[in-house]
Amino acid sequence: MAKLKLALYWAASCGGCDIAVLDINEKILDVAELADIVLWPVALDFKYHHIEAMEDGSIDVCLFNGSVRNSEQEKIARLLRQKSKVMVAFGSCACFGGIPALGNFTNRAEIFERAYIEAPSNNNTDRSFPETSVKVEEGELELPEFYDTVLTLADVVDVEYFVPGCPPPVDLILKFVDLLATAQLPPPGAILASEKTLCDECERVKEEKKITKIYRPHQIIPEPEKCLLEQGIICLGPATRGGCGMRCIQANMPCRGCFGPPAGVYDQGAKMLSALASIFDIKEEAEIARMVDEVVDPAGTFYRFGMSSSMLKRKRM
Amino acid sequence: MSNSDFEPKIVGFLCNWCSYRGADMAGTARIKSAPNVRVVRVMCSGRVDPIFVLKAFKEGADGVLILGCHPGDCHYVEGNYKTARRVPLLKKMLEQLGIEEERVRLDWVSASEGDRFSSIVNEVTAKVKELGPFRVNERG
Repeated sequence: MAKLKLALYWAASCGGCDIAVLDINEKILDVAELADIVLWPVALDFKYHHIEAMEDGSIDVCLFNGSVRNSEQEKIARLLRQKSKVMVAFGSCACFGGIPALGNFTNRAEIFERAYIEAPSNNNTDRSFPETSVKVEEGELELPEFYDTVLTLADVVDVEYFVPGCPPPVDLILKFVDLLATAQLPPPGAILASEKTLCDECERVKEEKKITKIYRPHQIIPEPEKCLLEQGIICLGPATRGGCGMRCIQANMPCRGCFGPPAGVYDQGAKMLSALASIFDIKEEAEIARMVDEVVDPAGTFYRFGMSSSMLKRKRM
Repeated sequence: MSNSDFEPKIVGFLCNWCSYRGADMAGTARIKSAPNVRVVRVMCSGRVDPIFVLKAFKEGADGVLILGCHPGDCHYVEGNYKTARRVPLLKKMLEQLGIEEERVRLDWVSASEGDRFSSIVNEVTAKVKELGPFRVNERG
């Protein structure tokens, strides 16, 4: 069998997803056995023009990590889509927007003001901002356009598979590689994780869910065996897809929702908000106001990884 | 468009046992109220998932009205208390998403309170008119 052609690309991401690919350790040799890598900016020296020169559909699989926040990322996403048979949104940013999508609570103007004027390390008295094109003596220089709104990969191109996680856990990557090697990939559109919620898979002891106070993770040392929500810690387990291996829960930290909404849920944040308000055991108006105060940053907490794929996608401004 | 000729679209979620009957009462008693609220009957105000509210805005609603039984009167005992906790938290989150919290109104109307139904509808319509149309701008 001819070797598969594999491309890996990073857009608006931290690089963690690329590290996760290397975290499969010696199995990376199996990947090298199975596939020739044609693009991997973080590790190999292939250029965009190498990809442009390829025939359409000649890349078998593209693992695309990171969200789309500027015009270069959108352009490369379209290019890789054209050249690839199978496009995979790899990691929470490509799937749901991820941490960069918290930028959807603001816009380009505010981000530029913060980054190029307000930040203490600036000395930008003439208020210069990045332009998409600048004329200098040697000619014209171009920079990608910075978007107001962070997009998911699927907002820009058709995507066959979604591998969530921040970053995707090793066993999920290996499962994907295995399905690919044995040509057993599910029908397109599949999210390669569990169909159940994280709560469903969590082994902590769950009793009656009734709380009267919320603790932020630094305010309490949680009991290691008991449901974190029942201890008053906001854990996104009820509104998050399982299949992650519960790395956070096992480290006694609450779920932050990086696997996105479970099957059948259109908006992770609203679902979590609903679940949390339901288990509060209070009725008086003053007590309800206190609860609202204790949830310091509802949108940032409930949509930590999912702003781009949420119902409203961004702040109205 | 000036705010005076703006006719807001408001989605109303009314509970089957009290508020929907309150609305019915307003109708039978021929009490006039603003025609801007499009009513969706739900079995309980506790059935109003916050997703419904977000979806209403996404699909072009300018405001959302949620009406349930008075506290203590819920047909399902606890449903309206859940709503009473969800909506204030939802309003805080909506503010973060750039949606004025006054666009969402939660109140209680019993089956006999036709006049109360009508005055709440008029109030919320006036409030949303004042705020103007809701902008759906997905790409910012």
